[in-house]
Amino acid sequence: MVKKFKALLLELANLHRFLMRFFRELVSPPYEFKEIMRQCYEIGWKSFPLISLTGFIVGFVFTKQSRPSLEEFGATSWLPALISIAIVRALAPLVTALIASGKVGSQIGAELSSMNVTEQIDAMEVSGTNPFKFLIVSRVIATTIMIPILCFYVSGIGLMGGYLSIISNDDLSLLSFFTQVFNAIEYIDLAAMVIRAIVFGFTIGFASCYIGYNSSKGTEGVGRAANSAVVASMFLVFIEEILIVQLLSFFG
Amino acid sequence: MENKESHYINKDNAVIRVRDVYKSFGDLHVLKGVDLDLYQGENLVVLGRSGTGKSVLIKIISRLLEVDKGDVQVLQNDISQLTAKQMQELRLRIGFSFQNSALYDSMTIRENLEFPLVRNKRHLTRKEINYEVESVLDAVGLLHTIEQMPSELSGGQRKRVGIARTLILKPEIMLYDEPTAGLDPITCLDINTLINQVQELYKTSSIIITHDLACAKMVGDRIVMLLDGKFEREGSFQEIFDTNDARVKPFYDYNFID
Repeated sequence: MVKKFKALLLELANLHRFLMRFFRELVSPPYEFKEIMRQCYEIGWKSFPLISLTGFIVGFVFTKQSRPSLEEFGATSWLPALISIAIVRALAPLVTALIASGKVGSQIGAELSSMNVTEQIDAMEVSGTNPFKFLIVSRVIATTIMIPILCFYVSGIGLMGGYLSIISNDDLSLLSFFTQVFNAIEYIDLAAMVIRAIVFGFTIGFASCYIGYNSSKGTEGVGRAANSAVVASMFLVFIEEILIVQLLSFFG
Repeated sequence: MENKESHYINKDNAVIRVRDVYKSFGDLHVLKGVDLDLYQGENLVVLGRSGTGKSVLIKIISRLLEVDKGDVQVLQNDISQLTAKQMQELRLRIGFSFQNSALYDSMTIRENLEFPLVRNKRHLTRKEINYEVESVLDAVGLLHTIEQMPSELSGGQRKRVGIARTLILKPEIMLYDEPTAGLDPITCLDINTLINQVQELYKTSSIIITHDLACAKMVGDRIVMLLDGKFEREGSFQEIFDTNDARVKPFYDYNFID
């Protein structure tokens, strides 16, 4: 018990040191712009098909499932407003973050862990390159930039899924659908979505990098790092979601 | 296999000086007061059984690992006193060839070789970078692999590219971690020849970690043997193995069994 508590404290101390180092390296030159762009491409573009499919299905299914409840009150005309609020305020950031945790988190965890096992990180260090800046800072920045962008995209594609679901039952033009959508959401909703996505993006990048970079040596460590990166990212995303929802409702 | 021909070694100038170094991992005491000098122009072979801390020693020299106790001087710098930036600059003067080559597997061979160059010699033009990459790759006889990925190369080729990547910064010191491990005898011979060529052409001083006695005999100007966490035997190949020490003799008997 005491041993486990000590290990936990040690892990927290390491995490704190890693976080402090991240912010220190973030602001000090040289800046790895090329690597950041490459990571943005890896994280953003390569998640595109999965994110598109998931976003569309979430919008379509959510609308389909909401329809019977609104039909009971003869309020199906409120569907565009309902799905816009649901998608922008909650579903888009959460779905994007969960998909990214699986796709990007596992990729970062496995890649860094495998570089650790094969001494590629040491090789970078001895060849005069700061591996922390090159590998960690660039990936965390990339996830922090790309998750909000993907989140906007998921909102759009989710709304399109919702629209297709609506027109399978009712006549509704795309223009009047989007008019109702934009009437229902406010700037504060968009701002909250962006803040959520930034927090989630940072969390996924940071947690995955921390686990991959500090993974135990050996091939078993690679699999474990990939798995732990996904679990930790998803867990933290849910915790943050609860905290952000509480915080936003506190501020009205 | 012939012993190595002697050549100029400056015994007045120790480029690496290790004094009374201790290193433990938990309860495992790996190095227990190691002393070592590497002279300018010398190829020093460190022999020892697996797990005796040979690789730990060169990782300490390049400060990939910190010592528990003791002093390490590299090119007249006490490495424990250097800031991260100063250590980064010193590392440009030290080449480290890893046991498994440690090539960046997401990059082509060209990109692997360019990587240290573009980050540390920012004044170089694209043309100069290409020239440097191609000439060093040509020196290890693998220019034709320049656009290939590391996964497409054999173990011996990966080792050579790994050495080429360290040579591109023209280091004064080379640290080789098990350069012939896992290779067939003919490829081992190629790698040993390359190590000697590097010493001649680039005027490097090197530490070669190995338990391959053929390699030790061919490349070593001097050999030290790590036994029980300390260097207990030192000298030429003949001097090292001219003993009845039960910790040393099986080493020789196994490698040169008739």
